[in-house]
Amino acid sequence: MRLEIRKRVLGASRRMLAYKALAVALALLVDALIFLAMGVDPVQAYSRILEAAFFSTYGLAETVVKFIPLALISYGLALAFKAQIWNIGAEGQLLMGAIAATWIGLNMKQLPPEALIVLMYLGGFIAGMAWAFIPAMLRANLRVNEVLTTFMMNLIAQKILEYLVYGPWRDPHGWGFPQTPPLPENARLPLIVGTRIHYTTLAIAAATCLFTLLLFSKTTIGYEIKVVGGNVKAAKYAGINVAKIVLLVMIMSGGLAGIAGTGEIGGIHYRLRPTFSPGYGYTGIVIAWLGGLNPLGVTIAAFLYSGLLVGGDALQVVMGLPQSTVNFFNGSILLFILTFEFLTKYEVRLKR
Amino acid sequence: MAEDVVLEARNITKFFPPNIYANRGVFFTLYRGEIHVLLGENGAGKTTFVKMLFGELKPDEGEIYVRGEKVEFNSPRDAIARKIWMIHQHFRLVENLTVAENVALGLASRLVFPGREVKPRLVELMEKYGLEVEPDTLVWQLSAGEKQRVEILKALYAGAEILILDEPTSILSPAERQRFFQILEELKRQGVSIIFITHKLDEALKGDRITVLRRGRVIATVEPSQVSEEELVKMMVGEDVRNLTLHLTRSKTTRKEKPVLKVKDVWIMGDRGIYAVKGVSLEVYEGEIVGIAGVAGNGQKELAEAIAGLRQVERGEILIAGVNVSNKNARFVAELGTAFIPEDRIGMGIVPDLSVLENFMLKLYYRREFTERKLLIRYDLLMRELEKAVKRYDIKIPSPHYPVRTLSGGNIQKLIIARELARKRRLIVALHPTYGLDVATTAAVRRILLDESMKGSAILLVSEDLEEIFELSDRIAVMHEGKIVGVFRREEANLEAIGRLMAGGKKEAVAEAPA
Repeated sequence: MRLEIRKRVLGASRRMLAYKALAVALALLVDALIFLAMGVDPVQAYSRILEAAFFSTYGLAETVVKFIPLALISYGLALAFKAQIWNIGAEGQLLMGAIAATWIGLNMKQLPPEALIVLMYLGGFIAGMAWAFIPAMLRANLRVNEVLTTFMMNLIAQKILEYLVYGPWRDPHGWGFPQTPPLPENARLPLIVGTRIHYTTLAIAAATCLFTLLLFSKTTIGYEIKVVGGNVKAAKYAGINVAKIVLLVMIMSGGLAGIAGTGEIGGIHYRLRPTFSPGYGYTGIVIAWLGGLNPLGVTIAAFLYSGLLVGGDALQVVMGLPQSTVNFFNGSILLFILTFEFLTKYEVRLKR
Repeated sequence: MAEDVVLEARNITKFFPPNIYANRGVFFTLYRGEIHVLLGENGAGKTTFVKMLFGELKPDEGEIYVRGEKVEFNSPRDAIARKIWMIHQHFRLVENLTVAENVALGLASRLVFPGREVKPRLVELMEKYGLEVEPDTLVWQLSAGEKQRVEILKALYAGAEILILDEPTSILSPAERQRFFQILEELKRQGVSIIFITHKLDEALKGDRITVLRRGRVIATVEPSQVSEEELVKMMVGEDVRNLTLHLTRSKTTRKEKPVLKVKDVWIMGDRGIYAVKGVSLEVYEGEIVGIAGVAGNGQKELAEAIAGLRQVERGEILIAGVNVSNKNARFVAELGTAFIPEDRIGMGIVPDLSVLENFMLKLYYRREFTERKLLIRYDLLMRELEKAVKRYDIKIPSPHYPVRTLSGGNIQKLIIARELARKRRLIVALHPTYGLDVATTAAVRRILLDESMKGSAILLVSEDLEEIFELSDRIAVMHEGKIVGVFRREEANLEAIGRLMAGGKKEAVAEAPA
């Protein structure tokens, strides 16, 4: 008896959906056992999660709040991953975007709100691109592995952020907390009333989704990205400027993460703190994969995953479960989905 | 003679999902001390079959008997225990170890590596079978023929009595090939039973018996004296390939006076950082086919890639239609009207996961006529081009939207050629264009090249297949160690002289054409 693993000739999309559903079902089953062991009724726990994430106005709004940065980041990462460029640096690019937006918001407050907000988005976009540009150049010209450099750039960005909030940018009236002064009113993003949804960033995310869809289905550049990702040698043979594509997808994904950073500061936190991002840049990597590197898939994955995050918080608050249970819950669902992802691409058969 | 049967396969069937029967009801016997040839086109199921004899694959149906005893192999280890050994088409040697160490590796179920102990017995085997190789040489320094001898020594050292050789001659120069058949005869004389896989007729006829496979089935088992070459071809390709001219020859040269490609004293660095091409000069004229003969690894690939803009030129110049293209990029060269058929079809020629259409458009998508403002791709127009090409070159595709990796090797090659010829061209650089293709596709590809030259394209053809070179070329250049060591008009060339040059021999007094 042995296992045989074989690549499927065609990854049927219908089977893919079925497998994903099965994965979620299995994860829920395993988690139900954990809940039971914790003395919590799993049915009640699940209904709480669903309610908290999707079926209450407040919960749904919170899900959208988390969806905004996750979607933006994941669209960008999907772009890079499609070209087989492994940008692990979205977190750092988000932080740099947030830093730039904060600086603009604090130092140009004499501008009218519309102009200031546009400038903050632009600043976030450019700062994210610039942060991604460094590893992109190293990769395109010197073949330095971008996994390592982008990851290390995250650590540097985090240190810059800490330096600023502990040092020169620290709020003099903040009772010594490591944080910048709050953004003035005209630097704050407009919200949907009664929620924390900063709809301008949501609109940018929607536009990005549309843009990447068109990019891949209609344009020469989208096609070149697919060729570079599919076979670099063939790309060179076709005369595609591979370095240009590498640079392009890297700074695009960096810029989008930077805009997510602007949204977080201008729409949610209104000031920089050392830990304002709960690791969106890393979560975005997972979502890009879960969404199959496809803008529509990424949208769905980002939305459901945001719901999971919100639902997990509710578990903690309402049911009094420890954070580790929530982490286990989120983690197990991911693990199952990623495992089943493999089954959609490969066939595993038991052979005698 | 039943006791002389050393290996027998009965009714072997092997199925590869979704729908391929690689072998269907194959019966096969091997007598002691015979050379039994397995003849068939690529994809006929030869390699699949012997892999089952060697325990690398398991048959879905049927039985295998070794010396009269029914066996079931779970891995090659079991087969080796029965004194069966297979030498793969691509050698499995550790390049950084010596010959003796490589032989010792095969027996490494011991704690201490028996690197030196093997030598006495190894030398003994070398003498007995005439397999001379210096035991202390590092394997990477050996020629292909010598590496093959090491593989055979490994087998003999492990005590093999049944030897399976998968396309053993494909990488040998003509001289080495001759030597190889002497070795086979010697092995046979010493009682080794040999299964010899080939798709070449002349080699098949050197065996004691020939079993012809076609599409996974045994067509016949015959003795060479009973059949003619034509009959063997018919068995190999079947009746459905009618009017197949195996031996195309050019009626007359179509060469015109204008040179399209001019290579002037070009030096090119290889991947290992040493010169792969050392001062080559060459011209190819409009309507002319120039064949470059040579054993792989003598600089042909590097030369072709430099012409196509895929490799740096260190010194000298390359002119296409009078334009200097040295160190220009691939698109610039392509836009001058250069078609390039790469050696590595899967590795360079296609993007396996993209669709047939997306692969077809690889060198068209950016052109003005297929885009709007160089940004939006007109997929409808490209689809029309693909449909034309599919019809014209008879490419079998399930759907233009299927991943190109679902196509067979022959159809992939046709698609690549169709893509390269879907644009205006004046120069075609073709690297091993028919390597590994079945007879029908090979003939089709050669036909296409001849047609193109008739229409005025200049063609530089790199091939290890001398038959192909002789069939197609107006002039034949021989490359050895990065240099052109001889150029002949086809009418004046002779196979022997070229073979000698390919192997690094001295040039005799042969009529040489002006370069």
